[in-house]
Amino acid sequence: MNLNFLDFEQPIAELEAKIDELRYVSNDNEININDEIARLQSKSRELTESIFSNLSSWQISQLARHPQRPYTQDYIDRLFPDFEELHGDRAFADDKAMIGGLARLQGQPVMVIGHQKGRDTKEKISRNFGMPRPEGYRKALRLMKMAETFKVPVLTFIDTPGAYPGVDAEERGQSEAIARNLFEMMRLKTPVICTVIGEGGSGGALAIGVGDAVNMLQYSTYSVISPEGCASILWKSAEKAPEAAEAMGLTAHRLHELGLIEQIISEPLGGAHRDLDGMAQNLSNALLEHLKVLQEQPLDVLLENRYQRFMTFGIGETE
Amino acid sequence: MSWFEKLLPSRIRTDAKTRRTVPEGIWSKCPVCQAVLYRAELERNLYVCPKCSHHTRIPARERLTHFLDNEHQTELDAELTPTDRLKFKDSKKYRDRLNQAQKSTSEQDALIVMRGEVLGVPLVAAAFEFSFMGGSMGTVVGEKFTRAANRAMQDNIPLVCFSASGGARMQEALFSLMQMAKTSAVLTRLHEKSLPFISVLTDPTMGGVSASFAMLGDIHIAEPNALIGFAGPRVIEQTVRETLPEGFQRSEFLLEHGAIDMIVDRRDMRSRIANMLSMLMNLESPLQTDEKEVAAV
Repeated sequence: MNLNFLDFEQPIAELEAKIDELRYVSNDNEININDEIARLQSKSRELTESIFSNLSSWQISQLARHPQRPYTQDYIDRLFPDFEELHGDRAFADDKAMIGGLARLQGQPVMVIGHQKGRDTKEKISRNFGMPRPEGYRKALRLMKMAETFKVPVLTFIDTPGAYPGVDAEERGQSEAIARNLFEMMRLKTPVICTVIGEGGSGGALAIGVGDAVNMLQYSTYSVISPEGCASILWKSAEKAPEAAEAMGLTAHRLHELGLIEQIISEPLGGAHRDLDGMAQNLSNALLEHLKVLQEQPLDVLLENRYQRFMTFGIGETE
Repeated sequence: MSWFEKLLPSRIRTDAKTRRTVPEGIWSKCPVCQAVLYRAELERNLYVCPKCSHHTRIPARERLTHFLDNEHQTELDAELTPTDRLKFKDSKKYRDRLNQAQKSTSEQDALIVMRGEVLGVPLVAAAFEFSFMGGSMGTVVGEKFTRAANRAMQDNIPLVCFSASGGARMQEALFSLMQMAKTSAVLTRLHEKSLPFISVLTDPTMGGVSASFAMLGDIHIAEPNALIGFAGPRVIEQTVRETLPEGFQRSEFLLEHGAIDMIVDRRDMRSRIANMLSMLMNLESPLQTDEKEVAAV
């Protein structure tokens, strides 16, 4: 089994392995099998298209936290060459699960803030698996207030299993830190664009998710609790996670249908990790588009729209 | 039948089938000091154990009717009732869970809102009904809280909320999460109008409720020994793989760590809140001399 592929992608993995094998053979021999390779490649593409055209919510959840999924830093590296990382909450510590700093998007100054997961074991631990503590949220808030002062738009990238459930986090007021961000982001006097790039895990995600536009990458998820968490509480078994994922409707497609997000940003065939540059390009285009619209709005209109955006997330029509 | 029973006249004889047992709910036991308490007396004492002062949970409606002065109590938005937009079904349908909760609590959802006065200080007060699906916050709770704040702004009076909630309601998925943003949003407006919001944290206040409006009060009051926090103790134990210290996430712990302003006994809540609100609203002191003594304790 190829670990770069998820279980439902294994047919693609087998085809890709065959193609690699043929390439190896063709190097050894003089027989021209390029035609065969091309045929298999097109078959692989068709297979990928067919598998990805009909993904379940659970399969999308797996893609959203794929070990090779691009993280905030990967997008920063591609979209913001002028990035200057800013550290610390000025009160307690620098939380490495949350990164942020000044940057330029196609020349325009912006404040970038995002959750950051780790790639290898060592980094995973130092980033605390992308689960911020209160100081992470307070750093994010400090940077947002700075952006407000200098009239710089804020771009947030959401990718977290949730806020860290630990003793120290509780001692320092995890609840208050999240709540404070919801309050302050609502009235931040500068455009705020939020993008879910991987996992949008509950309050820990929302704490940098209050904005004028909330977008999701095609195979990202956003939910009130993880599928495993939901399954173990409501079904009393974490193995029912696929059912929970389906019931919660945590995919970009479903949430867009429900009117909870603004835009779905397309991912390259097979997911963001298969073509990082392509993904970065799509993301950049979407951000620029939203930025243009939002910056044309007078501040009072912007803030009123942001407020009303959240007010409409309420009781639906009666049955 | 024994010889003794045969002696008894038939009208005072009772056989096992018709023998009346003590009706359910006449007596209850304090979970902390184990004292057996006469239910009516416990209720008169606002569900606080008269022996050890343990604060047991109090139904939301009783909480509000006791908290507010007897006159001028009006319930707000009582008609709001939840809908199942996602057609959510786990081991049970959400619709069925709702019906069951509505039947057992006689409430439409987990938040009750009333406009009234406390010692003559007018305000809007909201309280969570914990026995309605764990006091979880869905769209109706979010909407009622928002309307409560809007009413406070319209009448230019403060807002008080008694929280008791496990957090966001999973069956309403992301809609529930968005109630965190919505309830926090409306508080920005209350704040801009310089109207106080007092958040009273009662047992338990967790998850999405504590991580939104409940931690955005101008003043945070907790009842004694209430469980208050973001992540539940079991989740934390599973994450850090160690037993949690005694008193972790309890009111006294929060006071020590600077998260709340004070711990107030439920029986003093009226005078303490009226006292503080009157100062924030620049009103005459509502306290009589004897009540001032209570407030000074």
